[in-house]
Amino acid sequence: MNVLNEWAFVGLFALMAPVFPALPIVIAWLFRPRKPNVLKSSTYECGVETIGDTWVQFRIQYYIYGLIFLVFDVEMVFLFPWAVAYNEMSLFGFVAGFLFIFLLTDALFYAWKKNALDWK
Amino acid sequence: MDELCTGLCKFMVESGADAGLAQFASLLVGVLLVSGVPLLTVIILIWVERKVAARIQDRIGPNRVGPLGLMQTFADLLKLLGKEDITPTSADRVLYNAAPLVSFASVVLIWVVVPFTPFHFGVDLEIGALYFVAIASLGTLAIMTAGWASNNKYALLGAFRVVALLVSYEVPLVFALLAPVMLAGSMSMLDIVNAQTGMWFVVLSPLAFVIFYISSQAETGRAPFDLIEAESELVAGFNIEYSGMKFGMFFAAEFLHVFTNGILMALLFFGGWMGPLYYESPLIAFAWLGLKGTIIYLTTLWLRNTVPRLRIDQIMAFNWKFLVPLSIANLILLSAALKILQELGIAPRDMLSAGFVDVLPTTIIMLLINLVMVAYLLGILRRHGQEFRRASQANQRTLAQAASGAGD
Repeated sequence: MNVLNEWAFVGLFALMAPVFPALPIVIAWLFRPRKPNVLKSSTYECGVETIGDTWVQFRIQYYIYGLIFLVFDVEMVFLFPWAVAYNEMSLFGFVAGFLFIFLLTDALFYAWKKNALDWK
Repeated sequence: MDELCTGLCKFMVESGADAGLAQFASLLVGVLLVSGVPLLTVIILIWVERKVAARIQDRIGPNRVGPLGLMQTFADLLKLLGKEDITPTSADRVLYNAAPLVSFASVVLIWVVVPFTPFHFGVDLEIGALYFVAIASLGTLAIMTAGWASNNKYALLGAFRVVALLVSYEVPLVFALLAPVMLAGSMSMLDIVNAQTGMWFVVLSPLAFVIFYISSQAETGRAPFDLIEAESELVAGFNIEYSGMKFGMFFAAEFLHVFTNGILMALLFFGGWMGPLYYESPLIAFAWLGLKGTIIYLTTLWLRNTVPRLRIDQIMAFNWKFLVPLSIANLILLSAALKILQELGIAPRDMLSAGFVDVLPTTIIMLLINLVMVAYLLGILRRHGQEFRRASQANQRTLAQAASGAGD
């Protein structure tokens, strides 16, 4: 199988994958009873109406974790080629990778020192 | 799969079909064959999970429908077919309906790169490990979408916790994944397994396996990391508004994800299909992989049914202040030690062609390094635990004093 064919397989799989869960849902759609009423299709709560809008601003802490994650996730993508080439790497490439990881750790400790990692 | 596809394609062209169509049809057959494995396993998994959970909790579990309750899943499926599907009027309909599909699809898609035997696999992508990380994070997105689109406060809280929990634990997961990639010098799943001919990677880098194990337990949202569902606080978390078959799909996706992680750990750290006589027949190879994956899967079930749920601040502190620094330290130590051993000529530069004897000295040194690290870690944890106990005792004493003071 050549590279194009490989990715065609992945592409076809990606197209087919949502079909598997969709199939039982569609079959259920054919069989299931339909008796909607206002109360049933209201938001699930303990019997009282929900107060205020759900889609509001939320805690900043979640954003901070999201941001720290983003930094790590993007930088980790660069570490994958380094890991693949590891066995054939010269000392220079190896040390360069180390410096990169060091900078990454530095950012983590900065966030730690700034108490960004504490759940407040 | 490769031979089968080309063979089928050739046969169809010879019998007069259009070349493009033949290629498409043969690819489709391949897709259906590969996806058949997870789709069939998930039916058994639901039964296994319920039975194991029941036994751990000193119950019997499903035992009425069919022998040993084996047909229970089918009965549940039939029941779910007849259930009314309620979509709340305030929900975002498009996202609400898409979320269960994406959730299940993301788990099935991982199986594209899972090699079942040395010769039977979907495709052997050159970036297999990276592909797995990318696809697995799609599931996170699906849960977030479900919580957001439901327009319910409990569901949204569940979705927020996804950001905190699933996203954070991806960092140590990927750092731990770098260890097998580095040892094999390749991201292809097939190469990673073949590089373990000499020695399983779990022996060369046990810490990486432990980190991977813990964070994949968190990625599936299982106890002690089941904050996103948290039945007792958020009712059901992100899937509270879902009913009928759509709920069933979230359910099936979660069960399948746990087993998929077991298989992945078997491939990445336990030598996949390596075992006595695996080269004799693809069936034996497949059985070895299944056995290893199932054992790891059962340990995750054990963990899930034994430990209690942690608080969110504890979970986040554990991840960012312990697991992430540990995974970075592990990566640095592993790569430095291996490079030094390679320069000295002790460690083989190419794991793919290295035998047991070639890897043995490296293994011993690596194990010793890991042992020292674990001893050091246990020291840190012990000191931390002592400090915590002292603080809580002092706290209790002040509380007791305040209470007795109020009594006077």
